[in-house]
Amino acid sequence: MSFIAGSSSDVAWREFRRQWVPMLTTSAAIALSLMPIVATWPLIPDLGFLVLLTWRLLRPEIWKPYHALGLGLLSDLLAGNPLGQAMLLWTAIFLALEIIDSRLGFRDYLMDWLIAALAIVFQSLGAWYIALLMGSEIRFGVLGPQLALGVIAYPVTARMVLALDRWRLAR
Amino acid sequence: SRKAQYGLFIGYVIALAGMVVAVLLLAIAIIDPRGFNAIKGAALDVTTPISSGGRGVVRFFGGIGGTVSDYFQAGSQNSRLRAQLQATQRELLKAKSAESENVRLLQLLRLGGEVEDEITIARIVSSSFQSPRRFATLAAGSAAGVGVGLPVRSADGLIGRIIETGRWASRVLLVTDGRSQVPVRMVRDGTPALAAGRGDGTLELRTLEVGENPFRHGDILVTSGIGGIFPPNIPVATVIRIEGDSAIANPVADPARLDFAIVQRAYMPAANADLEVAAPQAIAPPVTSVPTDLASPPSALTPTPRQNDPNYQPALQQPQPVQAPPARAPATAPPQPQGTNR
Repeated sequence: MSFIAGSSSDVAWREFRRQWVPMLTTSAAIALSLMPIVATWPLIPDLGFLVLLTWRLLRPEIWKPYHALGLGLLSDLLAGNPLGQAMLLWTAIFLALEIIDSRLGFRDYLMDWLIAALAIVFQSLGAWYIALLMGSEIRFGVLGPQLALGVIAYPVTARMVLALDRWRLAR
Repeated sequence: SRKAQYGLFIGYVIALAGMVVAVLLLAIAIIDPRGFNAIKGAALDVTTPISSGGRGVVRFFGGIGGTVSDYFQAGSQNSRLRAQLQATQRELLKAKSAESENVRLLQLLRLGGEVEDEITIARIVSSSFQSPRRFATLAAGSAAGVGVGLPVRSADGLIGRIIETGRWASRVLLVTDGRSQVPVRMVRDGTPALAAGRGDGTLELRTLEVGENPFRHGDILVTSGIGGIFPPNIPVATVIRIEGDSAIANPVADPARLDFAIVQRAYMPAANADLEVAAPQAIAPPVTSVPTDLASPPSALTPTPRQNDPNYQPALQQPQPVQAPPARAPATAPPQPQGTNR
C-alpha cells in the first residue's frame, strides 16, 4: 500500500476507517446474539461484551466511558435482556478501567488477560443478580462453563481485534 | 490542557448519569416486567427477520450433517428402529383401546371432545444463548393474535409462555428459565407438583407432599391446569434423577430440536365459561333478599349444569354460593358438583 493517499475519497475512506472500525466491529459482535441458535444451556460467552472489552484494553485512548452506554443499550435491545442491564454493567466496567489506567503506569498482556477475566466474572455476576431480582432463581454455578469459555476466548478475540486495529491504521 | 480536562470530566458525568438512568430502567423492569413491551417489541420486529433468515441456513447445514451420519449408521439404525417399531406397535394397540375407552367415558360424562384452542402456529427462530435467562424468539406477534401470557407448545410438549410481543415477533419464556414455574401432575398416580426451571436445560420438580419422594426415574409429568394459563394434559417433562426431596427432569419439548410452535389460548376455566352460565349470576338478586316470585318459570334462572362446560374441572373449584339463591332453586335443578369427585 502506498503511504500517500491518491485522492480525497481515499483520504475520506481512511479517516472513516480510523474513526469507525472499533464501534462498527463491536456492534457487529453484539449483533451476533441474533444468530439463529436455540440453546438450552448458557455456554457461549457474551461476544459483544468480549470484543468491546478487548478493544478497550487494547486502545484505551479512543474510548470514552459513555460509549459503553450506547453499545450496552444496543446489546440490551438485541439480546432481549432487561433494558439497562448491559448499560449499567458495561459502563461500570469502563469507569473501573479508567481508574485502573490512571493508577497503573502500564499493562502487559497477562495483566490485560487478568483484568478481562475479572471484568467477565463481574459482568456475569451482575447479569445473574439482575436475573435473580427479576425472579429467575438459578444457581450461579450454571454459568461456570460460560465464564471459563469467556476467559479462554480472550486471547482469541485479542488476536482478532489486533488484526482489525492494524487494518484500521494501515496507510 | 483545561479543555481536555473538561472533556474528560464531562465524559465521566455523562457515564455516571447514564448508569443512574440504567438503574432506573432496571427498577422499572423489575417492578413492571411489561413496562417496555413497546420498545422491546419493536426491537424484536426489526431483528427477527435476520434470525429467521439464518435459521434456514442452519437447518440446511444441520440436515446435511444428519444425512451423512445416517448413511454411515444405516445398518445398526435399521435393526434398532425395527425393534423400536415393534415396541411402538404394541404401545399403539394399547393406546387405541385406551382412546376408545376414553371417548366412551367422555360421552358418558357428556363432555365435549378436546377443545382446540390454538391461536397461531409459528417458527421458533432463535434463543438467548449468551445470558443466564432462557428465552426463545417466535416469528409471530400481535398481528397474529399472540398476546403476553399465552401458553406455547409444540407437538411434543410444553415450550413456555409469551412474555413480550412485537407486531410480527414475540419472545417466549421457556419452561427451563429460572422464572418459569409450571403446575404439573404425575401421569402415573396424579401427584401434583411444581416444575421450576433451573436455567441449565432441566427442571426441578417440587411436590407439596411431605414424606417419601413420590418420583421415580422415567416418570412423565403433564400440566395439571391448576392456576390457569397452561391447559391441562400437555406433556412437560420426564424425570431423569432424584435429588433429596425433589427430582430433576428433562423437558419433553427440546427447544434446540423443535421448529414449529403452537400458541394456544390461555386456559381460564372460570373466565372462559359460557355466557348462559354466567348470566343467571349477573341478574340474580342478592342472597340476603327474600324471594317473592317463586311462580316464575324456573328454567330461565336455572344455570346450565357446569359439567356441560368442556373446560370445567370440579376439583379445581370451590362450590360458589352466588350461583343461584338456594330458595329459588327448583326441586328439578341438576345437582351441583361438590368439588370432591377427584
